Amino acid sequence: MKAFLILEDGTVFTGSRIGADRDVISEIVFNTTMAGYPEVLTDPSYAGQAVCMTYPLIGNYGICFDDCESDRPWMDALIVHEAARVPSNFRSDISLLQFMEKYDLPGIEGIDTRRLTKILREKGTMNGMITSNAEFSMEEILPRLRAYSCGRVVEKVTCREKYMVKGAASLADNGPLTGSAVFHPEQFAEEQDRYAEDEGGIGPTDSVPDAAGYVHWATVPGSHPEHEKKPSLVKKLTGVTGDGRHLRIALMDYGAKRNIAASLAARGCDVTVYPALTPAMEVLADDPDGIMLSNGPGDPKECTGIIREIRKFYTSDVPIFAICLGHQLMALATGADTYKLKYGHRGGNHPVKDLETGRVYISSQNHGYAVDASTVDPSVAVPAFVNVNDGTNEGLRYLDKNIFTVQFHPEACAGPQDSDYLFDRFLAMVRARKR
Amino acid sequence: MPKNPNIHKVMVIGSGPIVIGQAAEFDYAGTQACRSLKEEGLEVVLVNSNPATIMTDKDIADEVYIEPLTARVLEKIIEKEKPDGLLPNMGGQAGLNLGMELSESGFLDRHGVRLLGANALTIKKAEDRLLFKETMEKIGEPVAPSQVVENVEDGVKFAEKIGYPVVLRPAYTLGGSGGGIAHSVVELRKILENGLRLSRVGQVLVERSIAGWKEIEYEVMRDSAGNRITVCNMENIDPVGVHTGDSIVVAPSQTLSDKEYQMLRTSALNIIDELGITGGCNVQFALHPTSFEYCVIEVNPRVSRSSALASKATGYPIAKVAAKIALGYTLDEIRNAVTGETFASFEPALDYCVVKFPRLPFDKFITAKRTLTTQMKATGEVMSICDNFEGALMKAIRSLEQHVECLDSYDFSGLSREQLFTRLTVVDDQRIWVIAEALRKGISYSTIHEITMIDEWFIDKIAHLVKIEAKLKETGRRITAKRIDGGSETEALELLSKKLLLTAKSCGYPDRTIARLTGLNEQQVRARRTALGITAVYKMVDTCAAEFAAKTPYYYSVYADNQEEEDEAKEKLTDRKKILVLGSGPIRIGQGIEFDYCSVHATWAFAKAGYETIIINNNPETVSTDFDIADKLYFEPLTPEDVQNVVSIEHPDYAVVQFGGQTAIKLTADLTKMGVPILGTDAKDVDAAEDREIFDEVLQKCGIRRAAGATVFTAEEAKKVANRLGYPVLVRPSYVLGGQGMQIALNDSEIEQFMAVINRYEQEHPILIDKYLQGTETEVDAVCDGENIVIPGIMEHIERSGVHSGDSISVYPARTLTAHVKETIATYTKRLAQELHVIGLINVQFIAMGEDVYIIEANPRSSRTVPYISKVTGIPIVDLAAQCMMGKKLTDMGYTPGLQPEADYYAIKMPVFSTEKVRGAEVAVGPEMKSTGECLGISRSFDEALYKAFLGAGVNLPKHKQMIITVKDSDKGEIIDIAKRYEKLGYIIYSTRRTADTLRENGIRVRQVNRISQESPTVMDLLLGHKIDLVIDTPTQGRDKNRDGFLIRRTAIETGVYCITSLDTARALVSSLEHAAETSSNLEIVDVAKI
Repeated sequence: MKAFLILEDGTVFTGSRIGADRDVISEIVFNTTMAGYPEVLTDPSYAGQAVCMTYPLIGNYGICFDDCESDRPWMDALIVHEAARVPSNFRSDISLLQFMEKYDLPGIEGIDTRRLTKILREKGTMNGMITSNAEFSMEEILPRLRAYSCGRVVEKVTCREKYMVKGAASLADNGPLTGSAVFHPEQFAEEQDRYAEDEGGIGPTDSVPDAAGYVHWATVPGSHPEHEKKPSLVKKLTGVTGDGRHLRIALMDYGAKRNIAASLAARGCDVTVYPALTPAMEVLADDPDGIMLSNGPGDPKECTGIIREIRKFYTSDVPIFAICLGHQLMALATGADTYKLKYGHRGGNHPVKDLETGRVYISSQNHGYAVDASTVDPSVAVPAFVNVNDGTNEGLRYLDKNIFTVQFHPEACAGPQDSDYLFDRFLAMVRARKR
Repeated sequence: MPKNPNIHKVMVIGSGPIVIGQAAEFDYAGTQACRSLKEEGLEVVLVNSNPATIMTDKDIADEVYIEPLTARVLEKIIEKEKPDGLLPNMGGQAGLNLGMELSESGFLDRHGVRLLGANALTIKKAEDRLLFKETMEKIGEPVAPSQVVENVEDGVKFAEKIGYPVVLRPAYTLGGSGGGIAHSVVELRKILENGLRLSRVGQVLVERSIAGWKEIEYEVMRDSAGNRITVCNMENIDPVGVHTGDSIVVAPSQTLSDKEYQMLRTSALNIIDELGITGGCNVQFALHPTSFEYCVIEVNPRVSRSSALASKATGYPIAKVAAKIALGYTLDEIRNAVTGETFASFEPALDYCVVKFPRLPFDKFITAKRTLTTQMKATGEVMSICDNFEGALMKAIRSLEQHVECLDSYDFSGLSREQLFTRLTVVDDQRIWVIAEALRKGISYSTIHEITMIDEWFIDKIAHLVKIEAKLKETGRRITAKRIDGGSETEALELLSKKLLLTAKSCGYPDRTIARLTGLNEQQVRARRTALGITAVYKMVDTCAAEFAAKTPYYYSVYADNQEEEDEAKEKLTDRKKILVLGSGPIRIGQGIEFDYCSVHATWAFAKAGYETIIINNNPETVSTDFDIADKLYFEPLTPEDVQNVVSIEHPDYAVVQFGGQTAIKLTADLTKMGVPILGTDAKDVDAAEDREIFDEVLQKCGIRRAAGATVFTAEEAKKVANRLGYPVLVRPSYVLGGQGMQIALNDSEIEQFMAVINRYEQEHPILIDKYLQGTETEVDAVCDGENIVIPGIMEHIERSGVHSGDSISVYPARTLTAHVKETIATYTKRLAQELHVIGLINVQFIAMGEDVYIIEANPRSSRTVPYISKVTGIPIVDLAAQCMMGKKLTDMGYTPGLQPEADYYAIKMPVFSTEKVRGAEVAVGPEMKSTGECLGISRSFDEALYKAFLGAGVNLPKHKQMIITVKDSDKGEIIDIAKRYEKLGYIIYSTRRTADTLRENGIRVRQVNRISQESPTVMDLLLGHKIDLVIDTPTQGRDKNRDGFLIRRTAIETGVYCITSLDTARALVSSLEHAAETSSNLEIVDVAKI
């Protein structure tokens, strides 16, 4: 079925309908990650946006529910050059198109996504509409596009009630995806035997890491019988220095990606996830060892209530680590300003420089707003990270506080795992404070 | 960290002669690195034995040494030039090994030379198998378990421990000979026994087989501060088991989820961290297709073929950045030259799909096994870019220039389903065509996947192409029906729907194929799609998926409905005078890197004259496809349709075809049809040189003699002509390079045989039959401005006629020709150039018999010898040719017309072969070219030049002073003298009975050995004793294959024994050896840049 993407500036793209067949108006943004569309689809930060994937072939490996960053897609629509008809991957649960239909997500394919990206790059992010109605009237649509605003999306995406994510009692609980899977043939046969004895058994047969730091896995957890049958050995998380066992972390869910809690739980922390509008006092009353402010969608300045509560976190002495929206909110809570970027940073290839060490890391990014570094009170915080491409602020270190915040996504998913070490830095800070 | 201020002069090591596995990519990398160093104001000393390279130009480096790549020679150069730094990681494995040798011996330290971009420990950890394994285990990165064994029992024991199947790799054998995969203990015993025997050191590596796993590569960069990025990842369509150089490769990976992608990416970064690499590195992984298990296959701590591919696939200049890192810069200090705004510390994002396809040499080696294994066999490759996989695959296929244009180009329709099941198990260069046929016959994706282990995603894409093919055929049937019904052509044409046409075009179907499948003609298809608005538009490769504005006009085409599709090439159109330079496509035997040298120099010459230059080429390994060589680069197939598309948008004022080898020449007529004037020699004059009858008239006018001959199409005609001329005769197709299909026939049955081989493909042009003349072959390259010519020099071949010029040792200046002969050659060349109205280059080959000179052939275009002769004479031939094309006169450029004075140096070009890598390939030289590369020996003395040339080709003798001689009867007279000279050098000579008899009768002490078929010890046992330096084996003429000789030659080269198949070569080698002692002790090095 023919479908059209109409932009605020009057540009019309003709393509084919994919997913749900309903009209949708949204803010159009682009993402340059080449793999990782399931994570992008389910990242709550995309609420209120229609995402154009710049890589032309999307859906090649289907959707594996284990890869999703939340329970459902949050974006308004998906725009691709070509959606795969036949996905191929051993973990694929469902095809991209089935997924879109299942979750009533509209989309369009077969358009010149590069041209669309260039328009957004040159003119800035703008609103657009996807429709199957070939009889559309520009006079009617354009004013609607200009008037559209998604509004207060954080409240839409945050969890309804607080819940706990139990810290991994052993590395065994972390699943096989967080490190490098190692194959030790000598142990392979042994593992196979053990597996045969304990068929269907989930969890480790020996959860104590051996001398080389390996944990022996009998199975790969997950709901897929084919790969449950593949015993393998999974390496301890690479680069883990901070042991999070017995630490209790409060995670404020402004639209949190699953892997934030998972990254903390993988280090042994017990994570309590709070709805975005939970009063600070209620959180602090639970006496967390550390607080994480999550990522999330929308304009940070709209979150006035949340900012007020964050101010209270700031004045408490609890160590805080914030990501993306959380970073912006903390900046606003401490008197700095944020602004909307022309077309944002969305992808898995942005270089950020750690100003303390001079090291450059490739980061996963997804933000349309940024902290204006010139408005940060130098007695409150100093820039900790900067974007190598355009010099925008990528992180702040708060002075005389156990607080640091980053604009990018150390939890990756999708994208590079290079800045994963920040979780360890945070936990080290929490542990030091606790002692 | 900024540049290290203590480095002022850097030596760069090249990779030497082009061989399979080490090809043009190192010229590309080295050239880019040198330019990057010069950009920083450094003085560059370049060493490479390969004269065909661009890196050995004086424009690229300040000091250029075209010398054998041995530690001794490099030491001499270092002593003379006193560089402060040595960059060893641009010259492939060869360069890296040399750098290591110099570092480990302490020579570099003693002379205050820093090893840049690498350190000894890093390289050792990556290269030493055991150390690498230990390092990987230390950081928890898995490698396939393996063990070196020296006897069968140990092998059996180890295999039982790790489980079957196991891979066996004998140490120090070439071409994968003696290796294999064992699925059971019986197989293991058999292969292992043989492998241990073939190995010079009696060792075989037993390794767990990971065949069938996905093969994934990452190109990573790291700087001295520890910043790391991955430039690109690539997925091999052919799973583990086929060398990545022979695999069809796609970038980025298509079937990996982010979890798998990031797991391997993180692993790659951990590995380069642990190895401490500064610069570029390639990491290859095997990934289990249905789990997260993976293992590291290998690491290349240097630029590589894959890094060249990754550079071209992403636009990220790896070699350039690696050179800057070597100087001390960090990634965030180096600008991304493509965007001009961002920095080198980012990861390219692709918004297109790249396919690399290997160019395999089985058209040259028709006796060779086509099977693909872990031993690379491809001589070159093509790359293509499209916004979908199907389009990229189809573009790659037609870029190969192997008579294939789509998935029915190899016909397997005769195979039944059952036969296809068997055929699918064969892993060879035709596998995807077999898969296409299997899909046509309804074999399921999963069955194909189970047999081939190729991911179903790729199978589905092939199926999509097959489906389009079926729909086009169906349309064809309806068109035929319409015509029978008396419908008009317009009505017939309308049956080809817009939807189908758009799908077919966007998936890469050429008009020509669509025409063939539908029964329309090409013009109709083109007219139909143009009317429907389906045309090619161009997209830009910008490293960042359009996130930032990019400066570099590097384009690829996609077919689309042009109503909404943006054509980015239109944004950068200028009013300047434009010239279109057609590249030479994939590197293959007969058309190598030399033509890229010519294309690049021509481009520079036109740019200097103020033209806007546009290159079309599809070879990712070359300098010409670097993003900043021409003003615009179109990375496209070189077929008429693809070229037409570029012409339609750019409207070039002129095109040049002289420099791009046969690939470009073949496009002459089409370009003329498109209305693009060809600069230089007229198309009809190019034809005159190729067309037998017309050329005969030209020769008659010029008073030049040639061997009698005629043109034919059929075997019957050929036999008639051959009998009239008298055998032996030379049989060859016209319009080919490298003597493809050329043979010397001795009788009627051989004629039949050769004609059958040539006519495997439909021949557009007639076949030439010439009387075979035996004499001294000579060759000249000349530049002509329409009136005058400049001949830089005459080259003489050491091997007599009958050996292809590209496979002959070539000597400049000619040594044995009389002044009269030289004069005749110069006169003939001038007359020919004038008669053919040559403007630009001409290459002419002659045979001198006494004082008589006969012409063999004339080619009004660039040739294989152009770079070589340019460098040794110091005359920039390509530049002159380009200027002549632009209307300048040679006399105005300061040249005295005619044959130029001879240089003070002898420059000897030595062919280098890769036949050991292609199992079953004939080793013996003949009229059809077999060599893949060349090296140069340059010196004031002929003997020293010859010595250097052999040394450069890796012939470093004597070692054991034992040799085998077996020659055909007609050579028995001539061998005596040669054998005596080897004997005098202390060589022990072994021969089979008849050669032994001859030698013995002439007073040579010879040890007789049995033929292979006789009882042990035979000549084969002798070879496998690994104490033989050299085999001289002249094969019986023709192809009634002397099995013994063939086996001896194959075994010799596969066990690393130098094998000579021409007496002239044998004589040259002995001359060189006679002077080896004195020359090697006081070898003189020559700075070519100062000639």
